[in-house]
Amino acid sequence: MATSTSGAAWKSGDVVSDQFPAGLRVLVVDDDPTCLMILEKMLRTCLYEVTKCNRAEHALSLLRENKNGFDIVISDVHMPDMNGFKLLEHIGLEMDLPVIMMSADDGKDVVMKGVTHGACDYLIKPVRIEALKNIWQHVVRKKKNEWRELEQSGSVEEGDRSAKPSEDADYSSSANEGNWKSSKKRRDEDEEAEERDDTSTLKKPRVVWSVELHQQFVAAVNQLGIDKAVPKKILELMNVPGLTRENVASHLQKYRLYLRRLSGQHQTSMNNSFINPQEASFGAMTSLNGIDLQTLAVAGQIPAQSLATLQAAGLGRSTAKPGIPLPLVDQRNLFSFENPKLRFGEGQQQQQQHLGTSKPVNLLHGIPTSMEPKQLTSLHQSAQSLGMNMQVNTHGAQNSSLLMQMNQPQSRGQILNDTASSHVPRLPTTQTIVSTGLASGVLGRNGITNNGRGAGYNPVMQNSSMLNFPNGFPLGSASTMSGLPSQGSFQEEVTSEVKGSVSFAASYDIFNDLNQHKSNDWDIQNVGLTFDASQQSNSIPSGSLDLVHQGFSGSQRNMPVRNQSNVGKPMYSIGDIGHGNAQNTSQHLNTLLGDNSIRIKTERNTDVLADNGFFPEQFGQDDLMSALLKQQQEGITPAENQFDFDGYSMDNIPV
Amino acid sequence: MESNNNSLRQQIADMRQSLFDEEMLDRHYRTVEELSDKDHPNFAEEVMTMYFRDSTKLIAIFENALENAPFNFIVLDKYLHQLKGSSASIGAKKVWEKINEMRDCLRERDIEGTRTVLQQLKKEHDNLRGRIEPYFRMLRQVGPSEIAQRPK
Repeated sequence: MATSTSGAAWKSGDVVSDQFPAGLRVLVVDDDPTCLMILEKMLRTCLYEVTKCNRAEHALSLLRENKNGFDIVISDVHMPDMNGFKLLEHIGLEMDLPVIMMSADDGKDVVMKGVTHGACDYLIKPVRIEALKNIWQHVVRKKKNEWRELEQSGSVEEGDRSAKPSEDADYSSSANEGNWKSSKKRRDEDEEAEERDDTSTLKKPRVVWSVELHQQFVAAVNQLGIDKAVPKKILELMNVPGLTRENVASHLQKYRLYLRRLSGQHQTSMNNSFINPQEASFGAMTSLNGIDLQTLAVAGQIPAQSLATLQAAGLGRSTAKPGIPLPLVDQRNLFSFENPKLRFGEGQQQQQQHLGTSKPVNLLHGIPTSMEPKQLTSLHQSAQSLGMNMQVNTHGAQNSSLLMQMNQPQSRGQILNDTASSHVPRLPTTQTIVSTGLASGVLGRNGITNNGRGAGYNPVMQNSSMLNFPNGFPLGSASTMSGLPSQGSFQEEVTSEVKGSVSFAASYDIFNDLNQHKSNDWDIQNVGLTFDASQQSNSIPSGSLDLVHQGFSGSQRNMPVRNQSNVGKPMYSIGDIGHGNAQNTSQHLNTLLGDNSIRIKTERNTDVLADNGFFPEQFGQDDLMSALLKQQQEGITPAENQFDFDGYSMDNIPV
Repeated sequence: MESNNNSLRQQIADMRQSLFDEEMLDRHYRTVEELSDKDHPNFAEEVMTMYFRDSTKLIAIFENALENAPFNFIVLDKYLHQLKGSSASIGAKKVWEKINEMRDCLRERDIEGTRTVLQQLKKEHDNLRGRIEPYFRMLRQVGPSEIAQRPK
């Protein structure tokens, strides 16, 4: 059937295949050969293009290598080399593909776990072919959501979102020949009509906070003083045509959260309780969302309410999306909340522990921000990663919060750019990200950042601020987590890395820096983390991804494009960043894998911020914290939450 | 010849039906059968062969793990979980039921109970294999594609 043609259609995203859903590119992962065989045959009967895989690691590397090569993933929950939920997280973070979980168990708990981790569906074995016939709906839904998100973000650089829109359009509108804008517009009008409340003629154009734009923003904020920085004044200082006060206001909000997170992280001893990722924290973290939240909630760190809010907020987009984003968001939120809270002495330790504390701050050490780029790249790679872009952006965008808000969906590419540019001035090409939608951006960033990272994200190395990028720096943190088993939640790893690197600001960039500084701090334990230093691209070692994901358990995964990206993605980029910092990244990743993933995030954020000037020391941490918390409480957009999360592990990061 | 073939087919059909009647196989097996097509006329046989190959190994591993303390219940349950998934997918009803019983025992940390049910499981497993193998052999004799498609 139209496997080839459909495949092409799907890939290009330009044209909706008439035979849709025929040709849907499915990756099925199951360690049981019998089940795998049956599933493959069933899927082929549905006219899908099937790739089967019996190991999670292999599946991840397949996904990473072919970012846009798959539309949906079906995975078993129990696999020997990696917990299915971890895989779920990884995928959500890195690629933002819809993932369907399968299991012979139909226990409520495990199904819930799937939901919280962001699975868009849960099938009980024996799987009926009828159930498989409809899986395409998840793909469409996701794209639709991404579309919506993109549009909402108000892109300043609309051209960037070329990749995603067309894909979405393909699914929903048929024959959208890649005219992203038009389809986007169409979608905007159709779906976002309610958003039309701004001065602009069409629904308010989304602002894409590119790196440069963000840098301008930060410069303006710094000039005014964080306490005095009001949107109006910032807007004036920035003097960017087309930018509205509202855009700035929301961005500022996110930025504040980010700073808060960073500062909070600094304060709390990063190491505190970084529990060895391999320890319980992993266990707890694994399901990130579920467990972490619980842990956090239980710890009293996160008020149940805020958690809920966070989750809701974080999910923001995710709500619209199939479960995947949610879980991540929650997790992230948890962390973010926790961090601030913890930082303030509430129990930071707990967080850290949760996060995957095993690795003390060093998580980021080795992980230069380059991670981001990598992640971005990787993210970018997959068309599907539109969601990812968002994530990446967050990472890249130093302002985790900023990025997050930004609009993860659309601006994937943009975000990348933003982050790239903003964070790493050095990143030369990050800008490209915007246009290509993450991928390019990421790549640009990664490549450049990695190389130049040292320059840009050196801050990361600072250790003190590790948490710069909450959202996506998991990679950075990974490094610290070296000891962490790959299973460690991604978050944990992140944190750990963050810790180490401190300057993990740009998440990806930081990675590079980190690597440079710390590089050998962490041994890459990750399952396969083999970051190639030179690979800027997304080829994050499969192992690394695992790390990242692991850290991010649940929450990250769930976070819809946006959040996830931050959390999980950054980490991945570390892998990508590999170039040059391969070892670091791997180290980082390792750490990331550990519970530190979370921590890393926080660390990274700080680093990134610090480095890029985003994180002005002047900001009172308390102030940030409160702002952060407040925002979270209010259900700030997921993007924001994302940032928060990143910071969560900051505490753990040894400064 | 023709009549031989026909009677063979009939025999095969009866064999198949009795597997269902005795609940050794359930409707999920039919699903597997229906997946056969021109490209894979013997798909059901391939699947069953693969199933028995892996399940036999898994049962042996499980039995071994159950012999001496300390018992890693998590790992033991994992084995069963996997066995359950594959058995369910091919419609091995009785085998599947025994697996569930074993999981219940394990959950209660009842090693002896688990061992007892394990023996029952092995018996059901062997029974199924003993009936399926000749069935497929005969199927091949009469011509797989036709037989495979014959609904029952």
